Amino acid sequence: MDFYFTREHEWIRIDGQVGIIGITAHAVEQLGDITFVELPLPGRKVKQAEVLCAIESVKAASDIYAPLSGKVIEVNELVENKPEIVNSSPEGEGWLVKVEIADPGEVKGLMNRDEYTLYLKGLS
Amino acid sequence: MELIFEKSVPGRHGTILPRSDVPRANDLPAGLLRGESAGLPELSELEVVRHFSNLARRNFAVDTNFYPLGSCTMKYNAKAVDEAVRPFAGAHPVLPYLSSGEAFVQGSLGVIHQLSRLLAEITGMQAFSCQPLAGAQGEMAGIMMIAAWHRSHGQQRRFVVVPDSSHGTNPATAAMAGYEVISVPTAPYGDMDLDAFTKTMNNEVAAVMMTCPNTLGLFNPHVEEICAIAHRHGALVYCDGANLNAILGKVRPGDIGFDVMHVNLHKTFGTPHGGGGPGSGPVGVSEQLLPFLPSPRVTQRTDGSYCLVEAGEQSIGRLANFYGNFGVLVRALAYITMLGRHGLVEVSEQAVLNANYVMNRLKGWYDLPFDSTCMHECVFSASRQMKHGVHALDIAKYLIDRGFHPPTVYFPLVVKEAMMIEPTETESRETLDAFIAVMIEAADLAETNPEALFQAPRTMPVSRLDETKAAREINVCCQ
Repeated sequence: MDFYFTREHEWIRIDGQVGIIGITAHAVEQLGDITFVELPLPGRKVKQAEVLCAIESVKAASDIYAPLSGKVIEVNELVENKPEIVNSSPEGEGWLVKVEIADPGEVKGLMNRDEYTLYLKGLS
Repeated sequence: MELIFEKSVPGRHGTILPRSDVPRANDLPAGLLRGESAGLPELSELEVVRHFSNLARRNFAVDTNFYPLGSCTMKYNAKAVDEAVRPFAGAHPVLPYLSSGEAFVQGSLGVIHQLSRLLAEITGMQAFSCQPLAGAQGEMAGIMMIAAWHRSHGQQRRFVVVPDSSHGTNPATAAMAGYEVISVPTAPYGDMDLDAFTKTMNNEVAAVMMTCPNTLGLFNPHVEEICAIAHRHGALVYCDGANLNAILGKVRPGDIGFDVMHVNLHKTFGTPHGGGGPGSGPVGVSEQLLPFLPSPRVTQRTDGSYCLVEAGEQSIGRLANFYGNFGVLVRALAYITMLGRHGLVEVSEQAVLNANYVMNRLKGWYDLPFDSTCMHECVFSASRQMKHGVHALDIAKYLIDRGFHPPTVYFPLVVKEAMMIEPTETESRETLDAFIAVMIEAADLAETNPEALFQAPRTMPVSRLDETKAAREINVCCQ
């Protein structure tokens, strides 16, 4: 399963037709303690780079953008009640949304892990 | 400190009412009677006075301490301005609606009329409505007028463009009004990137919203061009006037090409701010948007008298009961007329000078991501201090211990570990020097003894509050 990253610090793990979406460790570090996660309703269709859901932390409220176009098939209800899981495990248990990927070709607009690491270096 | 309820002693009271010398009225219907006691605290008058006096002494306010809260213009409000409102305290807002009531409120209507005219003069807009009760409502009114203007041209546009450094209310207002928000990145010069903006523009854009100067305390050098490009695409340009303090008497947004703007009387024009204000966010428009202004409007007849007039069909309608936060309007008019034209120019000059003084004195100790002459506020980053594990929040808390209100932290979002300092024109050189000395002290502590910062504040009635717990475990009681 491959991880891909956006410039806005979301990740997507692709498993066949399904993409699991979350925010990166860097995003979590920038946001600080996350206090609230607003997830989309299953069935919603999103386009790549459209607002998918929202996250609030002690510092800021931020929109989370869809790394790829698709239909929401599942959301991680665990993070709704325990947003701290996103802090402790942003790329694992703290995933946010599962989508059915509409166009696998869109992946070429995303970064792989090495490219993302390099991108982060450029930011600091 | 005990809560007033904890001090309550059953049977104790503050006043002794005389025995009633009129017959008791008929009992109220049972359904309207309270089932149980209201549970009010029972104390003597002196106990109540002491309780609230002691609470008030714990206030951290601009009357007691320097308040460099960026993006909010927390200037000191001259006491004379508060006095100005006294003669109006007896006026009833329903009077202008009564057939013979108008004559009793000519002074009040005159205040609204005169203030609207002065705001128009200061900003270069054609006319103002002083109805909006806060900046956010002024923005909402502005975007609603823009939408109405497009509709009157047979158009229903989709997008509102904002820079990523914008005030959070800007995209929120656009979204509330049903628009999709397009965010444009900040250029290295610290404001909306002109090239990126130009590429973003299309004929589906209803409006461009800009805070001018912006939340980094910088004046966009391309602002005229941005207005022109927007107009070429048939879009209108909205100016968030939150930072008007920086340009009073220097630049008029209306002259640059802005079509709509709101001003925050509680920021720029010396009326109460914070703790409930209340705020006031008059909204002004260019000529083409006049028919859309909120209703009612204060008009002057040819004989010089004032009246309230319901606006025509194109108006976005009424925004508030009666006419806005009237007491605030009186204070703002007093502030503007007390200072006069030259005084207002001095306000902006002094505000900008103070901000640049703080910026230049502190830039050896803190990173300054956008290093250029600033307007009324400057934005530092605590990224250098982060190397020692110290965050902007720790520095903010330390300042409290040393007698200064923290600056705005973690905003604008485009700056990591942001500390946004706005001294305002009302602070003296001595106060600024004292503040600068403590900021330098904090920077030194970050390197030598970060622990001292983590433990702040130590001198306050409560120590560091657990903001995460407060936000995650919300315990709100609503009856």
